[in-house]
Amino acid sequence: MTTATPGQTVGPFFHYALPYAGDRDLVAPGTPGAVRLHGTVRDGAGAAVPDALVELWQADPQGRVVQQQGSLRRDGHTFTGFGRASTDRTGEYTFTTLPPGGVDGGLPFFALTVFARGLLNRLFTRAYLPLSGAAPDALLGSVAEDRRPTLLCEPDEHGYRFDVRLMGEGETVFLRYPGH
Amino acid sequence: MTELETQAAISDEIAAIGKAYDAAGAVETQPRTDYPPYRSSLLRHPTKDLHHADPEGVELWAPCFGERDIDPLEADLTIQHGGDPVGERMVVTGRVLDGDGRPVRRQLVEVWQANAGGRYVHKRDQHPAALDPNFTGVGRCLTDDQGVYRFTTIRPGPYPWRNHRNAWRPAHIHFSLFGTEFTQRMVTQMYFPGDPLFALDPIYQSVVDPVARERLVATYDHDLTQPEWSTGYRWDIVLTGSHRTPLEDA
Repeated sequence: MTTATPGQTVGPFFHYALPYAGDRDLVAPGTPGAVRLHGTVRDGAGAAVPDALVELWQADPQGRVVQQQGSLRRDGHTFTGFGRASTDRTGEYTFTTLPPGGVDGGLPFFALTVFARGLLNRLFTRAYLPLSGAAPDALLGSVAEDRRPTLLCEPDEHGYRFDVRLMGEGETVFLRYPGH
Repeated sequence: MTELETQAAISDEIAAIGKAYDAAGAVETQPRTDYPPYRSSLLRHPTKDLHHADPEGVELWAPCFGERDIDPLEADLTIQHGGDPVGERMVVTGRVLDGDGRPVRRQLVEVWQANAGGRYVHKRDQHPAALDPNFTGVGRCLTDDQGVYRFTTIRPGPYPWRNHRNAWRPAHIHFSLFGTEFTQRMVTQMYFPGDPLFALDPIYQSVVDPVARERLVATYDHDLTQPEWSTGYRWDIVLTGSHRTPLEDA
């Protein structure tokens, strides 16, 4: 077994390196069926985090895991399932995408990674689509009921809201995968 | 914060945490997210334990990047402008491996860094050092079939920041890495051997285990150094979180 290299913070100066044209638009705004996934990243005092980066990785609406190139140079037609959005001055990130389908019969969710200045290692979480009466899956079932809402998207006018609270009141449930 | 604390105060905090870590005897391999000497982390770390999740669905896969995404010239940070950048030209190369030591093939590696004077091309970098019109400091490449990445760049300088009074970051290159599955995503920093700022830097020291910290330091490799042209550094990166059953021993 090889020991993993330690992570480090993304720092304050990633904006000229990691963002790219079209990074947050998995589909072009206005595409039929497109939804907005957005939310605010907040710190332990409830203040907006204007220097965070959120990455999105998801299945397509049919629940297929896409293995298509072109996330960095989008052709406007190929859905790659990957996106990247830095937060703005108000701590808000926004993606334009298609709603994910459930993979292999699982509940549909967006897989998210969160980076920020001040955050020494990346954090993983899931943004589940609203359950609409579906039973919680194994992960949701293993989370205390009062914290479960932090893993659920809220429907809104254009799609979904998913706020990220790094710390404190309403702290998002962040995930540790086996091997971490 | 009205008045910045001294390096001595920060160093004392670093030393106290290190001492407590040694006394506890449990081995840590990743940075602490709760690491008060890095003041920006105070309100930006989870206080609850990370919640165990067995990866499912898309988490068992990584986004796919390829030739469509990246121009091979993006791996050379010294040819992005009209002339040669100022500084020590160097090659940085190594392998990206998964948790079982297997190469991560044809996957995206992104880097960004300060210029030779320690200045980032970023509107919020206030360091009064010269920008270099011939150096942006951003590169991308795909690993090859052996998991090898390779960049040509210049050696970044150390730079001041305002974590505390007279705070200086050791020279480093930021690395962004993808594995063969989503759970292996990581961002880290590569450092240079023997940097006198290591002991003073709360970001580097947030990896409290000295052996683990060493994994962030590249090795000078004279065989990579090219006569009359560039120096060479080697740095292998091992990713976390493979969902496959870990090997018992190796």
